[in-house]
Amino acid sequence: MATTGNTAVQRKILVLGATSGIAEATCRIWATQGASLFLVARNADKLAAVSADLRARGAAFVDTAVADLDDTDSHPALLAHAVNSLGGLDVAYLAHGILGDQTRAEQEFNTAAHILHTNFMAPVSLVTWLANYFVQRRAGVIAVLSSVAGDRGRKSNYVYGSSKAGLSAFLDGLRNRIDREGVTVLTIKPGPTKTAMTSAMKGSEKFADVNAVAKAIVTAIDKRVDTLYVPFQWQPIMFVIRHIPERVFKKLNL
Amino acid sequence: MPAAAEANEAQKRLQYDSGNSTATPQFESWGRYPTYAANVVPMHWQSDFPAVTQNLHNGVLPVGLGRSYGDVCLLKGGNLLATPAMNRILSFDPETGLLTAEAGISLAQILDFTVPRGFFLPVTPGTKYVTLGGAIANDIHGKNHHVAGTFGCHVTRFELVRSDGTVLHCSPTENEDFYSMTIGGLGLTGFIRWASLRLKPIVSRMIDYEGIQFHGIDEFLALTEASKEIEYTVSWVDCASTGKNFCRGVFMQGDHSSKRAPLKPSPEPKLVFPFDAPGFALNHLSVSAFNTVFFHKQMKKRVVTLQDYEPFFYPLDKVLHWNRMYGKRGLLQFQYAIPWDNAREGTVAILKEVAKSGLASFLAVLKAFGDVPSPGVMSFPKPGITLALDFPIKPDKSFPLFERLADMTLEFGGRLYPAKDAAMTAAQFQAFYPEWQKLARLRDPLITSSFWERVTGDQPSI
Repeated sequence: MATTGNTAVQRKILVLGATSGIAEATCRIWATQGASLFLVARNADKLAAVSADLRARGAAFVDTAVADLDDTDSHPALLAHAVNSLGGLDVAYLAHGILGDQTRAEQEFNTAAHILHTNFMAPVSLVTWLANYFVQRRAGVIAVLSSVAGDRGRKSNYVYGSSKAGLSAFLDGLRNRIDREGVTVLTIKPGPTKTAMTSAMKGSEKFADVNAVAKAIVTAIDKRVDTLYVPFQWQPIMFVIRHIPERVFKKLNL
Repeated sequence: MPAAAEANEAQKRLQYDSGNSTATPQFESWGRYPTYAANVVPMHWQSDFPAVTQNLHNGVLPVGLGRSYGDVCLLKGGNLLATPAMNRILSFDPETGLLTAEAGISLAQILDFTVPRGFFLPVTPGTKYVTLGGAIANDIHGKNHHVAGTFGCHVTRFELVRSDGTVLHCSPTENEDFYSMTIGGLGLTGFIRWASLRLKPIVSRMIDYEGIQFHGIDEFLALTEASKEIEYTVSWVDCASTGKNFCRGVFMQGDHSSKRAPLKPSPEPKLVFPFDAPGFALNHLSVSAFNTVFFHKQMKKRVVTLQDYEPFFYPLDKVLHWNRMYGKRGLLQFQYAIPWDNAREGTVAILKEVAKSGLASFLAVLKAFGDVPSPGVMSFPKPGITLALDFPIKPDKSFPLFERLADMTLEFGGRLYPAKDAAMTAAQFQAFYPEWQKLARLRDPLITSSFWERVTGDQPSI
């Protein structure tokens, strides 16, 4: 733990979607370690509560921007402003996303398109800018929240799942390109986690503890891991799910 | 996000909740009696109230970690607004020790944050797993009541939101009526979004502890008198024994150590009571044995030592879900405060009645309350003696005993503690708390609790 603390002291971290449950829990750990944080979220009141908390917990510096990340045109200016405010950048953490309404998305393309835009197009826009920034400096970590739902489409949430599948594939390719340039690309695949986003879901009381998930993410970033399944049991579970033959899989209720 | 989108988002959450009402976890109070089905609505943000209520039928009740014993944290057929995810620290001043945090933060989370910074809770109950909002709503007390008063004495300001959207900042000088009715107001006056609490400085985690055996109420009273300057005092008393061992106990006292020592955070608790114990596990014999062992664990008449604050304040928190020891049927708590005029007589009479009943009380805690007034009108403590007992539930025997004990409490001019009650009658409550009608007037029309309905006959007005 002591080494993690030391590396984080000078660390400058940009968090996109900072009011999401997993992002907030992760930021609390970084704040305790004394990191500098730039937080982006849609809702000003929520962002104010989160940033006040992180300041109190020991973050060396906290700045914020209210932005709708669906607006990809605004990304370059937003990211440049964040880097300026922090005086550099070591880690970019993308945690924004929506679960969406699967049933509605099955009926209306616009609902599906919105999920794909928020969960896939917007991160691609952000990561493209960030990758170029980090490659220039030959250093940096891009950590992105994808999902185990992206490992195989299932009838219960395949629109959300396909947005995350696209994102995971994009990150794999990006890693293949820029890892050799000194930039780490971390794909984070959390299983169902107890947060505001999932609190309405059936069985959510059995979901993973958000603080344990956050702790694993911080460690994975420190160790520059490529792909993180969290909790770790999801790695073998998804291995099995990916290898079920399609003629069987298509009949399952997952 | 504009307010409409906010409400929309909150409503989406609720559609799921109401659609899956059988899937939502059962929310139990600590005594596990009574139990009622209710819809649990997790609150994540200050703006969630009153936004989430727009689509709700029936009443609502803000709740914390469910550590009150009876039904003050329950609402049969209603909606429990669970606050523990609202646990952000909004500001902390290391000079003055003034902490402002969202109401769902637990005292454990506050301590994790403040102890390494050299501050401690001004008042703490026997568990750290209660929320800031719950501590205010029940105006909880601790081992330092005789010098520090109740928790509410240290709450300088809070934000109360009514279900019609009115936001009230409450302090001794703003919205005084809501300030004084919300402290000890059982969560009924509105939704507490955040509160400011004045902490006190410490230089060590350690407590200078002294444990002294006593035999009989007079020795207890003498020790109480002699320890007036000591910050923390509490006694464990054996209420299973009669004859020469009647009212024997151990008087425990302590002060924060003034010797500087590292202020490390507490480790996570590891032990969890794993299952519901069978009904026969706690009987007169096993409880008598426990009490005898506890009394003689301290072999000497007097023990002086340095003790970490965790075992001193929170011995039972070491085992999460220790209430399972009482099995599925749960436990009943009984806690009175009897004013000094009748304190000795009342305590002896009640202890005799308990011993005579043969109903075993596993944990019995005796303490003298001091005369620091609480700002809370409905606050439970008053100067005198308080005794807390808990019993496994034996339907045919426990309730008649409870009614007798409550009537005796009333005769001695005392009152019972709503946070620990599941059995007092409406008539008893209204006699204990003559100010209850003022709380009825300031109660939020959407908010109620099973306790409130039980002791006032009120029905939710929605």
